[in-house]
Parts: sequence; structure tokens; C-alpha cells
Amino acid sequence: MKHDRPRRKARGVGIYALLALFSLSALFPIYMVVSNSFKLKKFIFGSPFSLPDAHTFSLIGYQTVFARSNLTLNFLNSGIVTLVSLFFILLLGSMAAYALSEYKFKLNRFLGFYLAIGIMIPIRLGTVGILRLMAALGLVNSLLGLILIYIAQGLPMTVFILSNFMSQVPDELKQAARIDGASEYRIYSFVLPLVRPALGAIGIFTMIPIWNDLWFPLIVAPSARTATITLGVQQFLGQFVSDWNAVLSSLTMAMVPIIILYLVFSGQMIKSITAGAMKS
Amino acid sequence: MLDVSRSRRFPFYLVVFILPATAIYSLFMILPLFDSLRLSFFTTTQDNRELWNGLANYRALLFNDNYAPRFWGALKNNLFFFAINMVVQNPIALLLAALLAGKGRGKDFFRTILFMPTVLSVVIIGFIWQLILSPLWGVAPGMMRAVGLGSLFKPWLGLPQTALITVSLISVWQFIGIPMILFYTALIGIPDELIEAAVVDGCNSWRIFWKIKFPLIIPTLGVVTILTFVGNFNAFDLIYTMKGALAGPDFSTDIMGTLFYRTFFGQQLQLGNPTMGATVATMMFLTILAGVLTYMFLWQRRVQSYQL
Repeated sequence: MKHDRPRRKARGVGIYALLALFSLSALFPIYMVVSNSFKLKKFIFGSPFSLPDAHTFSLIGYQTVFARSNLTLNFLNSGIVTLVSLFFILLLGSMAAYALSEYKFKLNRFLGFYLAIGIMIPIRLGTVGILRLMAALGLVNSLLGLILIYIAQGLPMTVFILSNFMSQVPDELKQAARIDGASEYRIYSFVLPLVRPALGAIGIFTMIPIWNDLWFPLIVAPSARTATITLGVQQFLGQFVSDWNAVLSSLTMAMVPIIILYLVFSGQMIKSITAGAMKS
Repeated sequence: MLDVSRSRRFPFYLVVFILPATAIYSLFMILPLFDSLRLSFFTTTQDNRELWNGLANYRALLFNDNYAPRFWGALKNNLFFFAINMVVQNPIALLLAALLAGKGRGKDFFRTILFMPTVLSVVIIGFIWQLILSPLWGVAPGMMRAVGLGSLFKPWLGLPQTALITVSLISVWQFIGIPMILFYTALIGIPDELIEAAVVDGCNSWRIFWKIKFPLIIPTLGVVTILTFVGNFNAFDLIYTMKGALAGPDFSTDIMGTLFYRTFFGQQLQLGNPTMGATVATMMFLTILAGVLTYMFLWQRRVQSYQL
């Protein structure tokens, strides 16, 4: 066995070298944008690879962004849309998932299948119909319209995953509560905290596409008043395409909040995916 | 499970639990989808009335000189986009997952970094790469010059021959995290006893991977394939951000999503047409449905019989 050791060591180094190489390629474009957003224009072109220092540092791009864009309002819109949608996706989704996993009734299998259609068929394909519906309801250029679309978009996956998790909650617990005379609503409120890890993972995974979406803001709510951050940045970039400082700064501003959020939750997020996989 | 189908009182709580989700989902997802399918058989008059049009929209889309070249072009480009994603993204994702799933310190760190581009908006990613590849900034040509390949640099995004493959590779770069995590999850879910038994039998890691681990993660390969398929045939943001609605140069990056957007909303010279837009959307729907059904009935069944 002894002669194996150098070979195994070499392989270990190889693995880390490969991982480091791919990680660098994942980080490099992000690094280029963030670091150059803090430089004078001359140095964005003169020394693009170096970090900003006292000599090259500048906030001129950020000043342009704050003076000329609506990014603050865009952030606020995205925050409202994402959080409100998320709240209702988790609330309504967990209620439906609870009913589907807990009660045996005639339409159970049909409803489960019906709600699962949206997992595979993207909601975008119904855009022509959605825009007509929004016009009929007077919800064009409103955050409420976006929120309703995103709730519909997020529910299928949420119901599907949560009903799997909820069916693993032991029956004795619920039966005991029932014997004590607890109402069905109360039992739901007992079960909900037991699937909290799943709620967390689903929360992050439904939140990211909503925050990042370009399609529905562009089509259903393109007005300056309702533009989300993704749409706002897209339009700002179009207008300021030749102002490199402003472009790099707005990209950085749009990126940094989601990266921070991701770094804070990534451990938990991946842990809950893998935990889900272990169970099934 | 509590059987409520024979309970004496009507289970009112069932309605409270299920109705809100089902109602919003039906109203804002299923209904508009059917409305779009329906509209593809109609045309609108100038005073906005709907007229039955039979299959005329489909005939126009598939055979008329105004639409057909764009439709077939977009379909072809979309298939190419999917092919690049399949042959580049998924093997690399499997490699990374295998590297991450092995024992060793610091793997969590790399996993976090490698997944990072996936959480960013496509708009941001598209623009970043546009800057990096821009001859104006000179980052990509500068790096290529540093390793002696300077003469090979071309404005890939601007040339009709290379724009589509460049955009496809950028999409690969961004979304590689998703198949990576799915493969990773499947790999670490394999029971240790299986691997230990193989080690005792004298198998090396290479053999263990292909003879034991890989067959066990074939179901995940199916999931990854269908997710890639649905995602690619529904893509829009990346092309729109990098190349605009006209998906230039000369429609070389045009895919179904951009064609749908242009047909629905119009472009420079052509007015938007909701019913033709609905027709394009229906073709996308049929493509995706065909993929999903193939997966459900052919792939899943075969994989299941393998496992037995």
C-alpha cells in the first residue's frame, strides 16, 4: 500500500488545481467588473487587471448612476415584488401541499398532477394571454400584476416539494393533536415549522428567478415607476452604453446584493438540497 | 393520510387549504396558456375584433416567405444552442460534481464559488461578457496576447459565424451550477457500502466511477437533460441583452424566445401581432411538451426497467 501514497497525493493536487481553475473562471468576469467600477476611466483601459489603488480610485461611475438612474426605486420595486410573492408562494403553497399530503379525497391525485404541470411548462408560453388578462384587469404597469404572475409561477414547484416533505411528518403527532380536539388549521400550523429547512431552500430557489426576471417586467410592467432592478439596469445600460464608469458601477450595484445574500445563505441552501436527496 | 372522502360533514377546511393556490395558479397560468393556444387559431381585424382563422397562422409561420425563414432559423439555432449546452455544460458539470463529491478539505468553498454565476441575473452576465469580449476594452485580446494567441482573437459576438456559439458558451458558463449541484447531490447520495465493497474488490477510482457511480446517477442525467431542454427552448434574456430583439448579426443568434418577442411586440418595420405571437408560443409549447413527454414515457420507463 505504501507505494500508492505519492500517486494519491498527486491526484489530490490535480483535483484542487482543476477546481481552482474552474473557480477562477467563474470569478474572473465578476472581479473584472467590480474592481474596474472603482477606477478612473483612463485606468479601466490602461490597467484593467489590477485592483484599484489610491492613484486609480474613483467613484465617478457611482455618482453618475445615482444622479441619472432610478436604481433606488428599481431596488425598492424588486424588493416589494420578490418578498410579497415569496410570502404568498410559501403560505398558499404550504397550505395546498399540506392538504394534498394529509387528506385522502377524490380529486387528490388529479389536483397534484394539475398543479405539477407548471413545473415543466414555463409560464412564459402563456404571455399573450397573460398580457390580455392584465389589460382586462387593469393591472398593466402595476407591481400587483407582477406579483400575481410570480405567485402562479412559483406555486407548482413549491407544492410538489413541500408535499413530499410533509408526507414524511409522522402521523402519530397529528393524530394525537386531533384526539385533543385541535382543528385542522391548528394541525397545519404544527406541521409547518417541522418542514422549515425545506421552506428555506424553496424560498431561496423561488426568490432568485423572481428577482432576476427580465421577461415579465419588460412586457407587463415596463413603466419607469414599476421597473424592477433587472429591467432598470438593462435600460440604464442601453442608454449609457458608452459611459464605461457608469456601466461598470451599475452592474456592480445590481450584482452585489444578490451575491451577499447568496454567500449568507449558500451553506444552508446546499445543505437542505442534499438533505432532501439523502431522504428520498 | 386521513380519508375524508366519506366523512359525514363536508370537509370545508379542504377548500380553504387548496382553493387559494389553485385559483391563482389557474387564473394566471393555466387560463392564459389556453387563451394563447386558442388565439393562435384567430386573427384580429383593424377594429380589434377576433376572427376565426383556422390553421392560416400556422401555414404562414411554417411556409410564408415573411415568417418561415425566421421560424426555421430560430428553431435550428435553438437546437444548436441546446446541443452546445448538452455536450459542453453537462460533461463539465459531471466532472466538477465528481471532484467536489470526493473527500477533502475546502470543497464547500469551491462549491460555493462555482455555483455563484448561476444566481446572478442573465442581464448582468450577458453584459459582463459583452464587455470582456469587447475589442474596445481589450481584456480578452490582451489575455490571449499574453499566452501568445493574440492573432486568434476575433470579435466573436459580432460575427455571424461565431455569435451563436459564443452566446451558447456564455449560457453554459452561467448555468453550469445547476447540473453540477444535481449531479453532486446524486453522487453523495450513493451509499458508502457500495463503494467500500468495490474498493475491497480492488477497483480503482476510475472503474468505480464508471461501473458503479455513473449507472446510479443516470436518472439524474435524465432530469438534467429535460431541465436543459425546457430552459433552452424558453431562453430569451441572454440573447435580448447581448444582441437585442433582432438577435443579430443577421439573425444568427435568433432563438424561439426572441422570435416570440419580436412577433408579439413587433420590431423596427413590422408591427406587433398578438395572434401570430400566440402561434409562435404554441409551437414552443408543442416543442417543450414533446420533450417532456419523451422524457416521461420513454426515458423514465427505460431507466426503471434497467433498475429492475
